[in-house]
Amino acid sequence: MLAPARRLVRNRIGFAGFVLCLAVVIAASFAPLLATHGPREQVVRDRFQGPSTTYLLGTDNFGRDVYSRILYGFRTSIAVAFGAVGLASVLGSGAGLAAAFYGGWVDRLIMRLMDVLLAFPIILLAIAVLAVLGPGSANTALAIGIVYLPIFARLARGPALTVLSWDYVSAARALGAGGARIMARHVLPNVMAPLLVQLTVSLSTAILVEASLSFLGLGTQPPTPSLGLMLAESRDFMVLSPWTSLFSGLAILVASLGFNLFGDGLRDIVDPALRGVDN
Amino acid sequence: MSTYVIRRLLDLGFVLFGVSVLIFLMLRLIPGDAVAIMLGANIDITPERVEALRRQLGLHLPMHEQYVQWLGGVLRGDLGRSVWTGRPVTDEILGRLPVTLQLSAMALCFAIAVAFPLGILAARARGGGADAFVRLASIVGLTVPSFWIGVLMLYATSMYLPTWPTIGYVPFAEDPWGNLARMILPTIAVSLPMIAGLTRILRSSLLDVLSLDYIRTGRAKGLASRSLFYKHALRNAMIPVITVIGVQVGYLLSGVVVIEQVFAIPGLGRLVIGAINERNYPLAQGVILVATVVFVFVNLLVDLAYAWIDPRVEYG
Repeated sequence: MLAPARRLVRNRIGFAGFVLCLAVVIAASFAPLLATHGPREQVVRDRFQGPSTTYLLGTDNFGRDVYSRILYGFRTSIAVAFGAVGLASVLGSGAGLAAAFYGGWVDRLIMRLMDVLLAFPIILLAIAVLAVLGPGSANTALAIGIVYLPIFARLARGPALTVLSWDYVSAARALGAGGARIMARHVLPNVMAPLLVQLTVSLSTAILVEASLSFLGLGTQPPTPSLGLMLAESRDFMVLSPWTSLFSGLAILVASLGFNLFGDGLRDIVDPALRGVDN
Repeated sequence: MSTYVIRRLLDLGFVLFGVSVLIFLMLRLIPGDAVAIMLGANIDITPERVEALRRQLGLHLPMHEQYVQWLGGVLRGDLGRSVWTGRPVTDEILGRLPVTLQLSAMALCFAIAVAFPLGILAARARGGGADAFVRLASIVGLTVPSFWIGVLMLYATSMYLPTWPTIGYVPFAEDPWGNLARMILPTIAVSLPMIAGLTRILRSSLLDVLSLDYIRTGRAKGLASRSLFYKHALRNAMIPVITVIGVQVGYLLSGVVVIEQVFAIPGLGRLVIGAINERNYPLAQGVILVATVVFVFVNLLVDLAYAWIDPRVEYG
């Protein structure tokens, strides 16, 4: 386990991404400790302030502390992104493995369903799901999770088919191993690497999609602090004070960039042959 | 090639069927009474109005009959009526579609026009400062929220170029200059992730091709490095780039939906968001259906172009 860690440190871009991710996750986890103000605390007299020692990143149109709200916004971003990608990776790769294992009509049915999901432009599918479920953070996570299902299904199925044709799988089968055991013990570990890389990169895009949906007013709802929502609310007041828009967008960029760089680094470490291949 | 095309078209039929079923179910899966929710914000709702809307939407029929009726309408170009304006959804969409298509097309062209020189520059200057800068910029470009860039550009314009028209839309036929002036900033914002994605794949694809034997052979027999690069390497390097353009068009449409909101551009994105906020579900369904069908056909074109450019492609 040590060798990959050492390789990560040596991969400068990947390591920078890892540090950014870690910082964002720490900020999200310890938001109540790190925040200088309550995320909903309003000091109307201090509206539209620039950065100062009292308000590290200034205040918004209600006189709320932008720094503290960004910490709590990271919480929402991370919770939604992890929820969505967790759902998509478990169910999606489960579906992909099942398709590979059973083959035949099960395979065709599962993969055709995934093709249908893949046919939608991502934001529109997420919007359609949210139109049915109604807005809110949990529903946003569910919507993004559904959008990402086919990515993981495809990514698990391809390599799983290869592994299933290897001799040692036949050997395990001859020894009487059942389907679930073969998939869990023999196939999954061999297809894990690309899935982990995709998982990290998907966290990066899920953060962006959550921010977009909240920006559109369909995702996280006020008064829950959300980075996309902060940007949407603050843009009407940009002429008075550009700080909130500037910092909330920057926070989205930092979170998304961190996971993207980290995923990129992981890809180089896991499989140098995949270097530079996108999506 | 022809079996490939036929199988691709069969797939397409299935995908379109699946898409139609999902969009059909959208209205029917809404928890509670969708009709009551749609009319909810209206003060003068009477049981008669609820019943009338229910009949208009065909909701009194069994599910499979509803689908057949709905699909029949869709195939005849009848997407139902907007709950609020009573206008046919098809008319509402056709009024907005050109706006979205213009923005998407401009962003696509702009992205290609910027990404190609950047990708080529990075590949030619491999390992140098220009290469490092392009690589870093393309990673940041992939993750930067385009709506944030849009908001910042609006701010910068209002500060430093206050006379520049930034918000809204003017049809090209009425005022070509006013139309383009308003479209420039949204085009830049929407195309950023695509520029980043294309630059990246073009660079790595060029580097892959440049390391192949036939390039070395070309060099050994004394071909000028310029013609070797542009005539021999670039053409082969295009193949993965075309795939990525197809993938990116999906992201492009997603970006357009959000950017229309930033610049108050009356396209399909604003239409669908407004429809959902007003619980105008037939309109929302119509927009999502039309945009998805457009996207499916764009992908089909990309796949066919891919098979045409690279004869090695077989149906996998």
